[in-house]
Amino acid sequence: MSEAPVLLELRQIRAGYGPVDVLFGISLEVRRGEIVCLIGANGAGKSSTLMCISRINPIRGGSIWFDGADVTAERADRLVPRGLAQVPEGRRIFPRLTVLENLEMGAYCRSDADGIARDLEGVFRMFPVLRERTAQLGGTLSGGEQQMLAIGRALMGSPRLLMMDEPSMGIAPILVSRIFEAIAELRDRGMTILLVEQNARAALRLSDRGYVLETGRIILSDTGASLLASPKVREAYLGE
Amino acid sequence: MEFTSAEVFAQQVLNGLSNGMIIALIALGYTMVYGIIELINWAHGDLFMLGGFLALTILGALGLEEASGPMAVVAVLVILAASAGFCGTLNVLADRIAYRPLRRAPKVSLLVTAIGVSFIFVNLGLFWGGVPMEVFSGGIAAAAPKDFPALVPSRNLLGTDDGVGFTLRDLLVVVVTLPLMLGLWWLVARTRLGKAMRATAQNPTAARLMGIDVDRVIGSTFFLGGALAGFASVVYALYNNTIGFQMGYRAGMDAFTAAVLGGIGSLPGAVLGGLLIGLIRAMSDQYLEARWTNALVFAILILILVFRPSGLLGMKQREKV
Repeated sequence: MSEAPVLLELRQIRAGYGPVDVLFGISLEVRRGEIVCLIGANGAGKSSTLMCISRINPIRGGSIWFDGADVTAERADRLVPRGLAQVPEGRRIFPRLTVLENLEMGAYCRSDADGIARDLEGVFRMFPVLRERTAQLGGTLSGGEQQMLAIGRALMGSPRLLMMDEPSMGIAPILVSRIFEAIAELRDRGMTILLVEQNARAALRLSDRGYVLETGRIILSDTGASLLASPKVREAYLGE
Repeated sequence: MEFTSAEVFAQQVLNGLSNGMIIALIALGYTMVYGIIELINWAHGDLFMLGGFLALTILGALGLEEASGPMAVVAVLVILAASAGFCGTLNVLADRIAYRPLRRAPKVSLLVTAIGVSFIFVNLGLFWGGVPMEVFSGGIAAAAPKDFPALVPSRNLLGTDDGVGFTLRDLLVVVVTLPLMLGLWWLVARTRLGKAMRATAQNPTAARLMGIDVDRVIGSTFFLGGALAGFASVVYALYNNTIGFQMGYRAGMDAFTAAVLGGIGSLPGAVLGGLLIGLIRAMSDQYLEARWTNALVFAILILILVFRPSGLLGMKQREKV
């Protein structure tokens, strides 16, 4: 797996809000076909890292490379057609667009009607509940359904790297397992995923590799299995 | 011949609806810009006023002031297109220069900036109106309204000269405003740009994550809203035969009240609010007294803001993440 080419690389990313620094030199890489997870306590900088990669948050230093190109100065909307998609924290679906319109917005940068239709069918197969609700407004879905919509919407962009921020947060336990099944399905199809999760155990089980973030720094990185076995991780993040 | 009271009422309903359609067109520009960046675009009425002056200047330059018959139709089409393009472009420029640098600033900075842009537009209109400098300090002549060529005669289409009148000018209002409203509805509901506009309004960050160029979508919104004001200015000028540099204030106030009455941010609300304000104005002119009409409109604005800030068709609570 580690022989696959690097799809995303962060080199010494620094970022912050106002006078406060949040990230102090984050370096990580995601290889094609890998699932990589970022774990860490609340406020460690996991979401900030994803928002910096998507270029929603400003960066103060360092560089971001995607598929061999320096995209540090690229605008957020230009990264999407390059193949970068994010399922943001809190889902951020469009509440007053229908489910179908939400999914269409995911394909905003594409013009291949056939490919879009195929991916729409794929999303409906993965989350059949969305097919039943195409005409319903996004804001009327339950939390778990909104999460499925947010994942489906990101997949509609036909991404090469899918970033997911806390996909299991705030949704019913029965749907949490459905979300993790979907992530496993995507992995089996060869999707490259960068996953941020509070549910560290479930995330590490799914992941090829993981990084542990603590107050804006990466303090540990290893394979998912080794991190699951690491005493430090078990104590600090798995509650043992 | 004396009008019966029923005829008077019917006439005022017609007048109210015609003026209401014009107000609605302006109100749509307020509500669209508010919907997407939560700016009360204080300069919008004055943008409308500048559209009227552009139309007047073009008619003068082309020597079309006296046009009649087919040439009058051509003249009307030319000034409609020119004013719409001009007001749309000017609105985009205002966004680019004045509002875009303030995207992350508090909303009140944006509002104060819009008031500044309004001053600039008003003064532009004042000089455009051709005020000689020595008169400028005199004041009265500067404020005098300008005659606008009567390209569309006020012939009654209902046949008689007395009785209820539905004139060619009323028809002009309907023929211009109705297709624009339907077109706007179609654009917002069905097209890729319309969906991007709604997505941007509902969650700009998520819109950027979809690859939407948010600044361009906002610019398009300013263009559409401005263009509607440009169309409205020509219809207004042809309907009333007169324009003045301070007409943007009253038209803007009426349209803003209409947008708030209908529910600011709501397109059907802006149309409904415009028609209601037009009717209320006509009824007040007829049955109360014209001098109370503005006070009545302001009173309505205050009452809505106090008792039903979401308006008639607005959302009960804002959904902001």
